[in-house]
Amino acid sequence: MKTYYNPEDLKKFGKVSEWQPELGKKFFDYYGTVFEDGTLTKREKTLIALAVSHAVQCPYCIDSYTEESMEQGFDEEQMMEAVHVASAIKGGATLVHGVQMMNKYKDLSM
Amino acid sequence: MGVLTHKSLSAQSHALSETDKQLTLLKEANIMCFEDKLREADLFPLTVIGIDVFQINVGKMCNQVCKHCHVDAGPDRKEIMTRETMQLCLDAIDKTTCSTVDLTGGAPEMNPNFRWFVEQLSAKGKKVLVRCNLTIIVANKKYNYLPEFFKKHNIEVVSSLPYFNSKKTDAQRGDGVFDKSIEALRMLNAVGYGIEGSGLILNLVYNPSGAFLPPDQGELETEFKNKLKIKFDISFNSLFAITNLPISRYLQYLLASDNYQGYMEKLVDAYNPIAVSSVMCRNTISIGWDGYIFDCDFNQMLDLKVAAEGQHLSEFNIERLLNRNIIVNQHCYGCTAGAGSSCGGEVVKN
Repeated sequence: MKTYYNPEDLKKFGKVSEWQPELGKKFFDYYGTVFEDGTLTKREKTLIALAVSHAVQCPYCIDSYTEESMEQGFDEEQMMEAVHVASAIKGGATLVHGVQMMNKYKDLSM
Repeated sequence: MGVLTHKSLSAQSHALSETDKQLTLLKEANIMCFEDKLREADLFPLTVIGIDVFQINVGKMCNQVCKHCHVDAGPDRKEIMTRETMQLCLDAIDKTTCSTVDLTGGAPEMNPNFRWFVEQLSAKGKKVLVRCNLTIIVANKKYNYLPEFFKKHNIEVVSSLPYFNSKKTDAQRGDGVFDKSIEALRMLNAVGYGIEGSGLILNLVYNPSGAFLPPDQGELETEFKNKLKIKFDISFNSLFAITNLPISRYLQYLLASDNYQGYMEKLVDAYNPIAVSSVMCRNTISIGWDGYIFDCDFNQMLDLKVAAEGQHLSEFNIERLLNRNIIVNQHCYGCTAGAGSSCGGEVVKN
């Protein structure tokens, strides 16, 4: 069955450099550096990445950072808490626009 | 392959209890041959640098049936080292300059000659390390003596605790194991094990509860220490992060969960040539319950005896052993992934 997403394609991520080597290299160098230990540890960044993966709803990223989070020794509760952080921000981002709706409603009302 | 029950693969007459079957499956994994991988960096053949650690498997009997056990240990395993073979171990140790004797199993404490053996080893002035599964200490009153006994002989205790909660621990090691492990850890702490300044060493072992690799030890050790202290008032010295090797019951799990090929690819992707120079087989000798000699405990479980004349303790020849090449196979990727893995945790230190 054909689908838009194929888990096997995750392994081919690096191939995007084939059609634009210079930018591809710059991106992957940057990506690698971002996830190195810095003022935040690699472990902390993994959990952030897991949450962001859900916020951007990327199935490749979710597979990848679920596995990486397990490898970093996080358990189910910790990982689900991270997803709730993403959910709260996404939900909050929707709801806060309610203020804009309220403003507009008031502008148009007698 | 079927789902693992509370019996060992051996007691189930499972195909994977046969070493030939395991070796065939390892060969069939669609990955680069480990020997060729070593050759890429001129690391083949893998040679011995000494015999500093004498690791002795005193038997496959155990009170637990852990899902990942590479020994396929359990209560139904009757292979136990005799006192005669233990004497052969003592004689062989005298012919080496090894600093450490590492006792493993099964649950080594279930060997009826365990106390005698530890007393003999202790009298030799060697550092003695016991791989204690913790629950044995509280499994029966007759084992309650262990913390004081360990203390008397200044034994270094190394114990598996895959996580600081019961869900993940019990999923890997059996129902109720976490609570009993906590009880045993409290008993060890009570006599001074893991307590700063006591000189009594209690190290814990983390290994992944699933088809994934372990992290760097350092940060996880900090988290284990915090959680165990806050939740259970338990202290320990170091955490060793160990990679699960694709043999025996862990291999069975990988196959049954359809993770085998993916896990093997993961090990190959994480291959680290720097870890090769520090793998434990280069300075360790592994002795089976029946006195046969192996490069490591994993080769022992695959019945890959040392490539040297004199494969049994009765014909122990230190010169030949020091000059042998180490037998490698596809499972060896497990010890060379990431920061490497050994019975003492990762081998490449940051």
